[in-house]
Amino acid sequence: MLDVQGLRLRAAFFHSLRSFFITRQFLEVDTPIRQPLLLPEANIQPLTSEDAFLQASPELCMKRLLALGCDRIFQICNCFRKGERGRLHLEEFTMLEWYRAGADYEDLMDDCEQLLGFLLVELGGMAGCGALRKGSRDGLRPYGCDQIIAMQPPWDRLSVEAAFARFSPVSLEQALASGSFDELLVQYVEPSLGLERPLFLHDYPVALGSLARRKDGAPHLVERFELYINGMELANGFSELTDVDEQRQRFAEELRLMEEGGRKPLPMPERFLEDLAHLQQAAGIALGVDRLLMLLMGRRCIDEVVSFAPDDLA
Amino acid sequence: MYTAADLRKGLKVQIDGAPFIVIDFEFSKPGKGQALYRCKMRNMISGNQLVQTYRSNDKFEKPELEERKMQYLYCQDDEYHFMDNQNFEQIVIDKEHLGDNVNYMIDNMEMEVLFFQDRPIDVSMPMFVNLLVIRADPWAKGDTSGSDSKPVTVETGYVLQVPPFVEENDRIQIDTRTGAYVTRVKE
Repeated sequence: MLDVQGLRLRAAFFHSLRSFFITRQFLEVDTPIRQPLLLPEANIQPLTSEDAFLQASPELCMKRLLALGCDRIFQICNCFRKGERGRLHLEEFTMLEWYRAGADYEDLMDDCEQLLGFLLVELGGMAGCGALRKGSRDGLRPYGCDQIIAMQPPWDRLSVEAAFARFSPVSLEQALASGSFDELLVQYVEPSLGLERPLFLHDYPVALGSLARRKDGAPHLVERFELYINGMELANGFSELTDVDEQRQRFAEELRLMEEGGRKPLPMPERFLEDLAHLQQAAGIALGVDRLLMLLMGRRCIDEVVSFAPDDLA
Repeated sequence: MYTAADLRKGLKVQIDGAPFIVIDFEFSKPGKGQALYRCKMRNMISGNQLVQTYRSNDKFEKPELEERKMQYLYCQDDEYHFMDNQNFEQIVIDKEHLGDNVNYMIDNMEMEVLFFQDRPIDVSMPMFVNLLVIRADPWAKGDTSGSDSKPVTVETGYVLQVPPFVEENDRIQIDTRTGAYVTRVKE
């Protein structure tokens, strides 16, 4: 739970996020939080509300707005994921998503570098921003971190394959074959990422990016990245898959996995697929706003940077 | 049955026929990946620790644990005898299983005994116990060593550091979690 000073800082932080996008000609949108269907993702459990779902991400609606002809949109909204609770997880959390027509995942990486630089300047002098080096965009010192993380671009970029070769006891190929990708990523790879400067982990296997476009010249990979700072995952972005037939196949695979896991069958999101046909090249990204505030304030736990954590309500 | 989603600090589960208690727990979920439950657990019989990562569909049996209020009777040859005051059943727990608890146990004391499948595996002490000091060196006046504590022996044979004013036949309160002196108790 935040104190009064913390609430002021959170408000200033939200204001800065909005200024960044508005001054760059992004249109702020707000889409329904409660929806009749979901994009099929095998590893996300939705919360329900009567006969509808609470969104796990505004992705479905935002991509339909992109297909409608918007070329730069952003949204800050609450998202819900059942059973996700821990030091870095709340079942209800705040997400920032932005989408750009005509862009790819590298453009989003540039956006991230600029956004963080902007926030450091805007918020650097504010009380409660203990992790920022005052008035400069030099660096950030997250909770429990001895050294300052350099924030000047360009940030580090490392492919998933190279990251496994460097940090995991087995290669990416072996990790995928043995079905232990997630365990190895969490135990060996993630804790080593973004310790000196922020790092983009990029180019994931196709199975790990059901809405992302295949990489030119490497069709077993998708153009997807995750941003890490001090071992913490902060954002997930990708070049959007716009091939309707391939998207339908990828959804079918997710739906199959969900059914295998004993979950209620979901319908294929047909209207989304119809709209996707009107979408040219585009890229989109989701950033965990509460986690970013944890970094700026130098806090250990996500509960410390929201107005009310679950324990404060009960 | 428990599932991995039930795991949290302090939960007791059964793994390969042995009772374990979760002593540290972290939820993680890589983006687009599956939920992982990383647990540090202690075997409640052997004391061995185990670190393991579980997925949400992993299941655990509940261990057959039962706590019973019992009276500590006496000790003979490192065997500690307890009695259930309800049915007068007597049991024996050896010193090794009691660990540091033996420092605070006096005859006729009541405590909770934990059973796993009808076998006693642990006892839980009150947080504070009052014990009689049976040996204390007098405080030498003019001691200039600068020390602000001295060792005393209590009725169980346990030796601990206390402030200089504690004397023989005083009763003192001890924190059983740390083994440290808390205060002198007025009779």
